[in-house]
Amino acid sequence: MTEDEDFTTDVAVIGAGPVGLFAVFECGMLKMRCHLIDALPAIGGQCTALYPEKPIYDIPAAPELSAAELVDRLHRQIAPFAPQFHLDQQVVALQRAGDIWELVTSRGIRIRARAVIVAAGAGAFGPNRPPLADIEDYEGRCVHYLVAERARFRGQRLVIAGGGDSAVDWAIALADEAAEVHLVHRRERFRAAPESVDRLHQLVAEGRIQLVIPYQLAGLEGDGTRLSGVLVKTLDGDQRRIPADHLLAFFGLATRLGPINDWGLGARNGVVPVEPATCATSAPGVFAVGDIAGYPHKLKLILTGFAEAAHAAHAAFAFVYPDRALHFEYSTSTGVPGRESA
Amino acid sequence: MPIIHVTTVEGEALELQADSGRSVMEVVKANDLPMLAACGGALACATCHVIVDPDWYDRLQLPSEDEEDLLDTAHGLTSTSRLGCQILMREELDGIRVRLTPMD
Repeated sequence: MTEDEDFTTDVAVIGAGPVGLFAVFECGMLKMRCHLIDALPAIGGQCTALYPEKPIYDIPAAPELSAAELVDRLHRQIAPFAPQFHLDQQVVALQRAGDIWELVTSRGIRIRARAVIVAAGAGAFGPNRPPLADIEDYEGRCVHYLVAERARFRGQRLVIAGGGDSAVDWAIALADEAAEVHLVHRRERFRAAPESVDRLHQLVAEGRIQLVIPYQLAGLEGDGTRLSGVLVKTLDGDQRRIPADHLLAFFGLATRLGPINDWGLGARNGVVPVEPATCATSAPGVFAVGDIAGYPHKLKLILTGFAEAAHAAHAAFAFVYPDRALHFEYSTSTGVPGRESA
Repeated sequence: MPIIHVTTVEGEALELQADSGRSVMEVVKANDLPMLAACGGALACATCHVIVDPDWYDRLQLPSEDEEDLLDTAHGLTSTSRLGCQILMREELDGIRVRLTPMD
């Protein structure tokens, strides 16, 4: 344990999407400090990962704003409370030691808090992993979801799978260096910039990229450490084997609840049941807010999550300050710490 | 009230009542069946992927380009795969048969 890996705070917030971010505000107004953990390298959850440029029309008092703008505004709203972010990692364990909850992340960071707010949305974002047998054995070595270092693909036989910008751009970029590039896609049309698609077809005509269409990934061949081939299949079941050293799979992002299912919170079908008025889960001091929280007539709206964040913060107060009474005051009376009033 | 015949991943056959205007995804979720539907019907993910019975597939409105783009990211695709959030129930779809796909 080093100083960099061990933290104590008032409230640990799992998930830094819009609702997790706003939870920091509600906690901060009650003088509770927060640490947030998120699997993505940036804050904003689904807003950042899936639809940053889409306009949202149903945030109260905001006739129209983009998802990215919403995240930016929330970030500024919580800045006075100086939350600490632990990004690019997932909470893998949640355990209780007396009155304290201890979270452990996938990077070995430990966070102790008297209350936990689970704002995990639909689950942690990670690469959209094709359901191929043994794929996890090859990940990082021969199966990749991003290109960190081009040099490792020099002279290698590559299978690139996907139909979007990432697949097309990397096929183009690696066509020179790789020994072979096979691009696997389920249909003729690519959803990429027209100039990229033109360049792709040019390289195909020159024989530097082979298109494998209309095929989907069906399996991997290898010895468990090194890949020797990728199996692909059409929708009608015609199978082909492509000799390969590496598979690059570009299918975007996917969410997984994963560890949350194992924390005894009664998670089912992606939902943690909570007491509607407090957002309390079955575990004392653990609350769930936003899309992951379930109760009768629940609406999965961001504005609902915002209200739930307020409820959870107020209910968490008793766990963080068990000997203090919650003296209710409006923000118009208290102001926001660190901000000048008008 | 139109009926949706749903077969789960485990092979269980269920009959769900659907109000016209609701999507297959909404009806499946309202009946507490395993479907992630992460983005809640916003056409921003592919986790409401269903396999439509071939006899019914052609009766559906064609998928938009946005839906096709998302189907690109779904796994285990078939020639009758659709996003459940894009199939809106109407009387003409009474009795439609769909199969759910694995959640994880």
